[in-house]
Amino acid sequence: MYNASNLRKGLKILIDKEPYVVVDFQFTKPGKGQALYRCKLRNMINGIMIDRTYRSVDSFESANLEQRKMQYLYSQESHFYFMDLQSYDQSALSAEQVGDAKNYLIDNLEVDVLLFDGKPIGLTLPNFVDLLVTRADPWAKGDSVAGDSKPVTLETGYTLRVPPFIDEGIKITVDTRTGEYVTRVK
Amino acid sequence: MSPGSSDHSSLLERQSLSAKRPTLWLRARLIQAIRHFFTEKKYLEVETPYLIPAPAPELHIDAVAGGAGFLHTSPELCMKRLLAAGYPKMFQICKCFRQGERGGRHLPEFTLLEWYRAETDYLGLMDECEEMVGFVLEELGLPPVLEFQGKTLDLQRPWLRFTVQEAFERYASTPLEQAMESGRFDEILAFEIEPSLGFPKPVFLYHYPSALAALARLSKDTPAFAERFELYWAGLELANAFSELTDPEEQRARFEIELAKRKQQGKTVYPMPEKFLRSLLFMPESAGIALGVDRLVMLLSNQKEIDPVVSFTPEEL
Repeated sequence: MYNASNLRKGLKILIDKEPYVVVDFQFTKPGKGQALYRCKLRNMINGIMIDRTYRSVDSFESANLEQRKMQYLYSQESHFYFMDLQSYDQSALSAEQVGDAKNYLIDNLEVDVLLFDGKPIGLTLPNFVDLLVTRADPWAKGDSVAGDSKPVTLETGYTLRVPPFIDEGIKITVDTRTGEYVTRVK
Repeated sequence: MSPGSSDHSSLLERQSLSAKRPTLWLRARLIQAIRHFFTEKKYLEVETPYLIPAPAPELHIDAVAGGAGFLHTSPELCMKRLLAAGYPKMFQICKCFRQGERGGRHLPEFTLLEWYRAETDYLGLMDECEEMVGFVLEELGLPPVLEFQGKTLDLQRPWLRFTVQEAFERYASTPLEQAMESGRFDEILAFEIEPSLGFPKPVFLYHYPSALAALARLSKDTPAFAERFELYWAGLELANAFSELTDPEEQRARFEIELAKRKQQGKTVYPMPEKFLRSLLFMPESAGIALGVDRLVMLLSNQKEIDPVVSFTPEEL
């Protein structure tokens, strides 16, 4: 249990039986009046943002959340399957829950899967992932609009811009937070 | 050579403390000017203890426990005991401590200017507030019309005065009576009314519902309201004042209500301030006011937040 004075950015609480994370938070208090906590919260299952005002007497249940190391196995019918590295149990996330992370999911990649009441609701990728270039057009010299980069397609189907010397069959490191090229894997 | 991380953080601290130079100078000069105003008017400057055995029992003000008692949340009780003992004009500039109060406009340790005057009421203090600010602006060499966060703040006298009832009628989505019944008075005041109060002229908001003024005298004409006012500048609550309640029996009854509510909410139940209650027998008709010095510095230095006006915030220690 938490009370309103525990509210801070990043706190995860339960509202209507769903987990929410406090993304913004303002304290105010009329001089002789009660403390008021104005919060912006994000639903951790569907991403929807809500505004709530809490008073000093309000209390909350903490959300039963757990992060577990899992390995990506395969995808099938718009679901992505992972294996828990400790228990070897399998878990599935929907395409919606995976979101843009699908651009980096290659076999055996280790990720952190977030569980709520034991059910998977999302994942956190490593900051850097090495991926194979499966398609690269030769660089058209003098293509000044494109600058000093060209588009390539990776093994996951993700396309991004890379320096001209990157060819098919080369592995590159991508920053999963920005989706940008970092370096060629030696 | 790249500096070590500890060198780097001490460099950042030097920079952030150095950036406070203008507000810290203004703060020092403001406090000197306030002191000058009150000493010219023959007010006695007093210092009362910070560590006290029994803070004023108010539902929403939480004292920090320390040593054998509590750090005071305001110097009110001790100053009133002096008032009752025959000191008719007093002021104090001191640190006060309130647990859990931290936000863009709140510090758990903050500076209050509190003054008391016998033979006057809250209306007299409204006048004196205007007079004090006029004096201070002149002493600081500041113009009476300032800019605050892109808006004009016109401090020329007279300032506006309206009742809580009028403010609800003008700005709130809910009538005052309904707000009181549903326990939403504070929310509506904070989010619907306060942001509109005090542009461009400061506003005295007065006549608070009697339940919201534990230490104030009730209005003789309309006892549903207390003779209490709050001063707002630019949406910011700057001061709280009232005609003091001088009836020991009524004061005890109100404290008992506040303490019972504190107990009900699982809050610390303070000891009854018996010496204060006894002193009320000798208390003259009087009025007192507490003004947030940090916030006055914010307003005069065009700072949106309270952090830049103090040398160290709790997080910077």
